Amino acid sequence: MMTKTPKLNRRSFVIGSAAVGAGLALGLKIPFGASVVRAQDGSPEVTAWVVIRPDDTVVIRIARSEMGQGTLTGLAQMVAEELECDWSKVKTEYPTPGQSVKRKRAWGDFSTGGSRGIRDSHQYVREGGATARIMLVQAAANAWNVPVSECSAANSVITHKPSGRKTTYGKVAEAAAKLTPPEKPALKDPTEWKLIGKSVKRLDTMDKLTGAQVYGFDMKLPGMLNAAIKDCPVFGGKIKSYEAAKVTGMPGVRHVVKVGESGVAVVADTWWQAKTALDALPIVWDEGENAKVSSASIAAMLKEGLDADQAFVANQNGDVKAAIAGAAKKIEAVYAYPFQNHAPMEPMNATAKYTPDRCEVWVPTQNGEAAFAATLAASGLPADKCEVYKIHLGGGFGRRGAFHDYVTQAVLIAKQMPGTPVKLLWTREEDMLHGRYHPVMQCKLVGAFDSSNTLTGLHMRLSGQSILSDVRPEALQNGKDPLVFQGLNPSGDFGIGYTVPNLLIDHAMRNTHVPPGFWRGVNINQNAIFLECFMDEMAHAAGQDALEFRRKLMSKHPKHLAVLNAVADRVGWGKPAPQGVYRGLAQMMSFGSYVAACAEVSVKDGDKVKIHRIVAATDCGYAVNPAQIERQIAGSFVYGLSGLFMEECTVKDGHIEQTNFNTYDSMRIAQMPKVESIIMPSGGFWGGVGEPTICVAAPAVLNAFFAATGKRIRTVPLKNHGITLV
Amino acid sequence: MARLTINGKTQDISVDPNTPLLWAIREQVGLTGTKYGCGIAQCGACTVHLDGAAVRSCVMPVAAAEGKKITTIEGLANGSALSKVQKAWLDHEVPQCGYCQSGMIMAVAALLKEKPKPTDADIDARITNICRCGTFQQVRQAIHAAAKA
Repeated sequence: MMTKTPKLNRRSFVIGSAAVGAGLALGLKIPFGASVVRAQDGSPEVTAWVVIRPDDTVVIRIARSEMGQGTLTGLAQMVAEELECDWSKVKTEYPTPGQSVKRKRAWGDFSTGGSRGIRDSHQYVREGGATARIMLVQAAANAWNVPVSECSAANSVITHKPSGRKTTYGKVAEAAAKLTPPEKPALKDPTEWKLIGKSVKRLDTMDKLTGAQVYGFDMKLPGMLNAAIKDCPVFGGKIKSYEAAKVTGMPGVRHVVKVGESGVAVVADTWWQAKTALDALPIVWDEGENAKVSSASIAAMLKEGLDADQAFVANQNGDVKAAIAGAAKKIEAVYAYPFQNHAPMEPMNATAKYTPDRCEVWVPTQNGEAAFAATLAASGLPADKCEVYKIHLGGGFGRRGAFHDYVTQAVLIAKQMPGTPVKLLWTREEDMLHGRYHPVMQCKLVGAFDSSNTLTGLHMRLSGQSILSDVRPEALQNGKDPLVFQGLNPSGDFGIGYTVPNLLIDHAMRNTHVPPGFWRGVNINQNAIFLECFMDEMAHAAGQDALEFRRKLMSKHPKHLAVLNAVADRVGWGKPAPQGVYRGLAQMMSFGSYVAACAEVSVKDGDKVKIHRIVAATDCGYAVNPAQIERQIAGSFVYGLSGLFMEECTVKDGHIEQTNFNTYDSMRIAQMPKVESIIMPSGGFWGGVGEPTICVAAPAVLNAFFAATGKRIRTVPLKNHGITLV
Repeated sequence: MARLTINGKTQDISVDPNTPLLWAIREQVGLTGTKYGCGIAQCGACTVHLDGAAVRSCVMPVAAAEGKKITTIEGLANGSALSKVQKAWLDHEVPQCGYCQSGMIMAVAALLKEKPKPTDADIDARITNICRCGTFQQVRQAIHAAAKA
């Protein structure tokens, strides 16, 4: 089943959208009166979320992007749950950002990041399904001239109970679409769910097995040319000159064009021709001042922040300075986390077609609306002359959400050859050199104990990059970046799971010219290493068991404690591990979910780490599709452990040194531990799934490594210590 | 010019003989199921079969593939009947984003041809494709299921 971009019938669309009042925030009340919004094939739209065809096919609109995480299927399950439709007849399609603008964001937010796909849209997508069901049943009741209370719906069939008459959604959709939608549809109690909570099969698997799935990279348009690009390898640098004449005669080459102030692209009949010519193109860069920056200079700047007077405070209680000054014993440690690249398997790409009257872009994006904004800005055309078509992503991990530099480039290239579609594809090398990197961070921790080895104070000083100050400075709070403290906040979606009598967690912001981004898991990845490894250090210093030490601090955090207990119970914490196997724990609250992991490792020759088993627990409130959650949990260990063992982007002369998977490795199947998931939804809240578990991967393994070797590793990645994952 | 036999069909294509097979398959032949991930034979997204053996097509010049039987992901199923690897992949819902899976499936199909009942050690030694979504747990389960099918 492929997700297709719907094309609305323009005429009925205009009527439909004109009828929509301005105050209808989510557009669920579309359509009004007798005007029917139609899909391209003429089928009526019952609500913005649901189109029903005469053959009973149910087309569910999905505003968020599918990039492998399964949201497409989960969101469809939630609409279908309330719609009471036949799941086997469900198809999905993406509305376009252009339609969203015209219809006053009828589908809400398109942004697909922060593990928000389901947890931020569950309410309105279920209402979209419920509204459609109510209208369909009403339409049947009207046709039969019976009270609607005597009718019910199940499996796309409407039944009039007293007479036993039946009809289907496909037969009444046309009439239903003309009805006035109910004001506030009641939603089912979770105990009544039949589809939510069930591990139904993904809707998008088949095409991924046969090569039929179209990714942005696979776009083909009539007359399309292909572009390869190089941007200045030093961030902030510019192009000084290039000698186009040296390559214009090469096979297939059509154009050599400047892209903005810092890039040059070769446009050719095929991408391989474009790339070959680009490699032969002499380019002189004006690298600017940033060419003086190196990993060492950045590390020195961050180190200074560890003891700086000024810092933004996020979590504070008691008097940590006094607690440390009066401590019977104190321990101190400094940790560090590097720049890392998202490296999705599909390199950045976008296809653009520009004329002075219209600009269209086909792009794998985590945020169609942000891609649309980039299209407007680069084309200089107004919203009604632009459109963006979302294509499935070959991985996103945060690279394709807040940043659309590749869209800007594609449009800037296409603008120089109006009427000709151009597909821009980055090489892996370009992708590695022009990432939006996991922020670099150091952390100094000080723990204070009284004479009975009870923890009396904890100071965590973060020093390093702020994503928001680079990406969304307007979201800073009096200069403070609240996202830096993910997992360390007093409460909320990223609340800390410990109560410490005297606590101070603060951040000395130290920004670099290397652009930071939202790397799957974001800031909690490093915060979990800092906090959870230091918890182990403190337990060790206090002569206490790592689990018992934590438990004493967690009595006011029952949900954090529950997932930690779950992994400890499953793994048999306290009972001997198999010969030569050692265990490590970690827990955090992340993206609204409670997660914990216990790793079982053995270490050969002091540096060859084998992870035998990982037990991971998640309380995400409601579990929409447990089988997909299991896959996200297992996959999170691949992303998190690749980050722990292998991944680092170092800076030399202002540019990133790693250019491909030979210097920026990623886990292979031989290194994959057995992951046992415990999905324990406790209800009453909606937590994320795609990212939370990543953060516990590294500290659980680091703590197990310490248990095995007595060596505490405080800087990532482990390859820098000669430690490998086998 | 090169003469290629892909998925049972022989065709002459106009291409520089040094062009990597991957790009000839994608751009000249028009089969886009085979993916580019690194261009240096590290990730395996470009894996196709050459006379039944798995090769990384991003570093193989098209000239080296002439006269050989090339199979891509599009040629793995027999019409609408999925191969046993694809069937196992469907049953175990292996793909997440799916981008690496063409190459992963082709690598596994070649392994099973050579070792119909691979051990975990065989899998570890032979399946070295990168998957950034992290589908390895399902990949391993599906390989064993395909071996039993």
